[in-house]
Amino acid sequence: MIVGRTTGERNPWSTRFWFSFTAAMLVLVVLVPVLNRYVAPDSAFAVPDYLVPLLGKYLCYAMLALSLDLVWGYAGILSLGHGAFFALGGYCMGMYLMRQIGTRGVYGNPLLPDFMVFLDWKELPWFWWGFDHFAYAMLMVMLVPGLLAFVFGWLAFRSRVTGVYLSIITQAMTYALMLAFFRNDMGFGGNNGLTDFKDIAGFELQQPATRLGLYVASAIGLGIAFLLCRFITVSKLGRVLLALRDAESRVRFLGYSATNAKLFVFTVSAVLAGIAGALYVPQIGIINPSEFSPENSIELAIWVSVGGRGTLSGAMLGAGLVNLAKTWLTSAAPEIWLFFLGGLFVLTTLLFPRGIVGILGQLRLIRSRRTMPGAPPLAVDEPEAAKERA
Amino acid sequence: MTPSPAPHPPPEVLLYLDGVNVSFDGFKALNDLSLVVEEGELRTIIGPNGAGKTTMMDVVTGKTRPDSGAVFFRGSADLTRLDEAQIANLGIGRKFQRPTVFENLTVFENLELALADSRGTWRTLFARMALEQRERIQATLTRIGLAPHSRKPAGALSHGQKQWLEIGMLLIHDRQLLLLDEPVAGMTDRETEATAELILGLARDRTIVVVEHDMAFVRSLGAKVTVLHEGAVLAEGSVEHVQNHPRVIEVYLGR
Amino acid sequence: MVLRRFLILRRSRSFRLEGRTAAHPAACLFRFAALFLILSLALAALPARADDFAAAVLGLAEEGFPAKQKAIVALAKSGDPRAVPILQALRDDRLRRMPDGSVVIVATTGGTTRLTHAATGRDIAGILPDSLDRIIVNNRLRGAIEAALGSLTLFSPDRAVRLSAAQEALKRPTADAALPLEQALAAERDGEVRAALEQGLAAVRLFSGGKDEMLAAIRALGATTDPQAKNLLDAFRAKPDLDAGLRQAAEAAIASIDGRLLWTGLAANLFQGISLGSVLLLAAIGLAITFGVMGVINMAHGEMIMTGAYAAFVVQQLFRTFLPPEWIDAYLLVAVPVAFLFAGLLGVVLERCLIRFLYGRPLETLLATWGVSLILQQAVRSIFGSPNKEVSNPGWMTGGFDLMGGFTVTWNRLYIILFCFVVLGALALILNRTSFGLHMRAVTQNRDMAAAMGIRTARVDALTFGLGSGIAGMAGVALSQIGNVSPNLGTIYIVDSFLVVVFGGVGNLLGTLVGALSLGIVNKFLEPVAGAILGKIVILAAIILFIQWRPRGLFALKGRTADA
Repeated sequence: MIVGRTTGERNPWSTRFWFSFTAAMLVLVVLVPVLNRYVAPDSAFAVPDYLVPLLGKYLCYAMLALSLDLVWGYAGILSLGHGAFFALGGYCMGMYLMRQIGTRGVYGNPLLPDFMVFLDWKELPWFWWGFDHFAYAMLMVMLVPGLLAFVFGWLAFRSRVTGVYLSIITQAMTYALMLAFFRNDMGFGGNNGLTDFKDIAGFELQQPATRLGLYVASAIGLGIAFLLCRFITVSKLGRVLLALRDAESRVRFLGYSATNAKLFVFTVSAVLAGIAGALYVPQIGIINPSEFSPENSIELAIWVSVGGRGTLSGAMLGAGLVNLAKTWLTSAAPEIWLFFLGGLFVLTTLLFPRGIVGILGQLRLIRSRRTMPGAPPLAVDEPEAAKERA
Repeated sequence: MTPSPAPHPPPEVLLYLDGVNVSFDGFKALNDLSLVVEEGELRTIIGPNGAGKTTMMDVVTGKTRPDSGAVFFRGSADLTRLDEAQIANLGIGRKFQRPTVFENLTVFENLELALADSRGTWRTLFARMALEQRERIQATLTRIGLAPHSRKPAGALSHGQKQWLEIGMLLIHDRQLLLLDEPVAGMTDRETEATAELILGLARDRTIVVVEHDMAFVRSLGAKVTVLHEGAVLAEGSVEHVQNHPRVIEVYLGR
Repeated sequence: MVLRRFLILRRSRSFRLEGRTAAHPAACLFRFAALFLILSLALAALPARADDFAAAVLGLAEEGFPAKQKAIVALAKSGDPRAVPILQALRDDRLRRMPDGSVVIVATTGGTTRLTHAATGRDIAGILPDSLDRIIVNNRLRGAIEAALGSLTLFSPDRAVRLSAAQEALKRPTADAALPLEQALAAERDGEVRAALEQGLAAVRLFSGGKDEMLAAIRALGATTDPQAKNLLDAFRAKPDLDAGLRQAAEAAIASIDGRLLWTGLAANLFQGISLGSVLLLAAIGLAITFGVMGVINMAHGEMIMTGAYAAFVVQQLFRTFLPPEWIDAYLLVAVPVAFLFAGLLGVVLERCLIRFLYGRPLETLLATWGVSLILQQAVRSIFGSPNKEVSNPGWMTGGFDLMGGFTVTWNRLYIILFCFVVLGALALILNRTSFGLHMRAVTQNRDMAAAMGIRTARVDALTFGLGSGIAGMAGVALSQIGNVSPNLGTIYIVDSFLVVVFGGVGNLLGTLVGALSLGIVNKFLEPVAGAILGKIVILAAIILFIQWRPRGLFALKGRTADA
């Protein structure tokens, strides 16, 4: 039922798995581009140009959801600051794109981005150095969120800050970053953020072909991220993480370092979120401090929850579905959207704590019960917390 | 950090506690507790509620840091400076009062995590189970009578089965020192008997400290008994000795 | 954007000034002659006040700034109240010169433009203001106008106008002001205005009196807590050819002002901090109950505060609509219980319908209540609309009093601080002295045992949650008194209140009190040093680090926890 629950008895890398994975990737990486480029635009099967970045956005969200699911669904760490890692990755990419503008800005300054000229800055601040190189920027996309997560996680996990306390301080972290990035003198464009990008690695961002390329990159990135997450979750470490979620101190008494295991997934997850953010920014065309807002991070939790946390496919599915609903509702009936989102939070947690994939699993279970009598009942969620309360 | 008044205890002393004090908001849970457990010994610890039995185990396993006092394992390892995982990797296993197994993992996976194997985060990421390890798990499953349930989530086991699974998890990882906190709580008489047999079998090649309330069970183990009271040792000796000890009678009967 | 516009503006203004100076030499001779003429005219007409006034007004229309300045000073000395609107018009660029040299005031009210003859006050019809020459002033003249207006308004029948005029004299002491100030002082009866006049006079004499007068002025200024007085003394001390005794006296006076300023600054910061702390405390107490006592993370807590604020708004509107206007000041007394009951009821409903199904799953409670908060926000937005609603202070909460020079205690903040401590005290009484409190603590400590002893735990849960939410509602009423009421009022306070509870330690009212007050005070002391936003970031970072050190808060109970 849950990916990574099998041990030895079932091969997590079976042919069947690879078949489904390849099929999904073919649809995303081959079919969509073909429908976009080679099918007549008036055909019912055509994917119009405007839809490509939208799909790319969903893929980035799916990747972000994967990253949260890795820490929340598997290790039981509900980070309410994952949007911060996403935004940091996005800012790193944005800084690269900003430097690519060169003299085409309003002020035509070859070195300084427009907002710095406007603020009357004379020199490029040190933390902007090197961002004109693509490779360096991509390294930073992973390094900056990873490093923040590592330091933050090291402090928090070492002191055994768990549960809601961790959620609250991660929220405080992203809130503090949001306030900081709103400041003009931070050197990240303040309120307006970074925008007016021209091209990426020499390709014009406005070109449909570039957009399609970014979409394909997102799809491939999502595929790789999925494989990485699956590798982690089906490994023994994955089982240690699940065990941590159930009874952390018991894991410690078995001799596993809970701190290190958590730190590892937290950092990996932050890097994934950062990459997702970096893929997101060129497709959306802007990054600003509101990406850091705590609301975004909490909304992310509901994507994972709706799809089914503790299942990688569920996280991706949830991200796609909720955002599809958001795109549709915020244009069709904006006043309904918050009611819908709020209702989604309430209903999933109350009635479907295991999400869509969980419901599908239950249905399959009920069907298989008829043939297999000893099938497991539903396991309890967060039993450690339950005990703490008792 | 913790002043160690005496030089390191001799290596045949497996577990050595000296002058250990722990207090919680003014309540002294351990009061200058000193305790010595020899290599290969089976020791039972009894005492009324609040005598400090569980706190003593918390101190040994690193869950609670003592305010003062020395705790040594094998003469040289200062347990007051290590965390739970490091202490566990020294070879000290613990079974909790309430059975704690990983409810969302299968019985098999519970045992897999308990296997004596590398504990490093990086190593667990790339770990592959050897055939020999798989066989050990199977053997342990058979021994604790859970072989038919190997693919069940542990959360679906009965209370007694969970106790057994936990004991199995201790078994599979050759620990030199086992701390068992009320291993037969909530067990039926027959399960209790079987557990006593299992513990006696285990005690042949390792050191075990059992904390228990059930006097019948303590008697059936027939080992040296330490009586704790108000965070300190009240009496020590054979079952008969402590049962006839006037202070013990006074404490237990509340005279 | 704004900055760029400002730069452009500044550049063009300096350009214009350059233009004026370039034109200067050509008109120089003529202006000199005119000045001479006017001056002699003014002197000749000294006994006739009306002529004097009219001449001064005419002087305003002269070419060249020195001439205008003379005219302004003359108007100031006249003490004539008619001069006030003329000078105001000059300051606001509403003064025009007719071709015959007479001066008119342009006043635009409600889209219609009126021209009045400045010297006589007669209306002039049939002339377009655009056809007339503007009478231009520079910054130096502006200063002279302010000073003149200041001394002219010294005799206003309105006490507040007199007071601000007297204070103006302290800001811009000119030798010419001495006479009106003395006259005003002789006529003044109000103590506060007298004190301000004396200070103003001292400021004037500091620069224009004899040595004894200067010493007296230094002493008088040194006894104040006014940064203006300090600036004057600083300027005085810097004068090159100063008598050593005077310099010493000035330095001593500056030191004594500095000392007092430091204390008032500290006191003001402390008051602001306590005020912020009490607001945080009000917002966090309810949370401390639901989070601390029940272990429930209620992300909709902020929305409980928001509904309380809207309850205050609704009660205010009802009072305005249905009750006689003299009752309006009492609306707040009704709003507090209404908000408590409404938010409390909402809390009970929330607990019964949602939270009770999620006990023991804190993370899911967090998400579900977040969903509720979104729904409540959107609901309020749909009912009341997005724009801010204004809840006005009742009469007895407006204004404030000056506690020590320059440090004003506002009534609304003071009442909120008091209210906050009353609520805290009442809550402590409920928890420690009532059977409900006893039941609540029993359920917190051992739910099963409490149930076994016959306590209806479900009811206690619901009531506890209702109590926490009700207090949040009252916090909303308090917040409505110091800011606007908007649908996202709650989100502003939710992160802070969580930090208060986490910082203070869970399940501990004392911890919440200490947490809220220290957060508020630290915030207010950091603000002047680091700026509001940076200060806030520093506090957030400090709390994140603090939690590493004490994961369960400042006042967390250390104790044996259950296994696992």
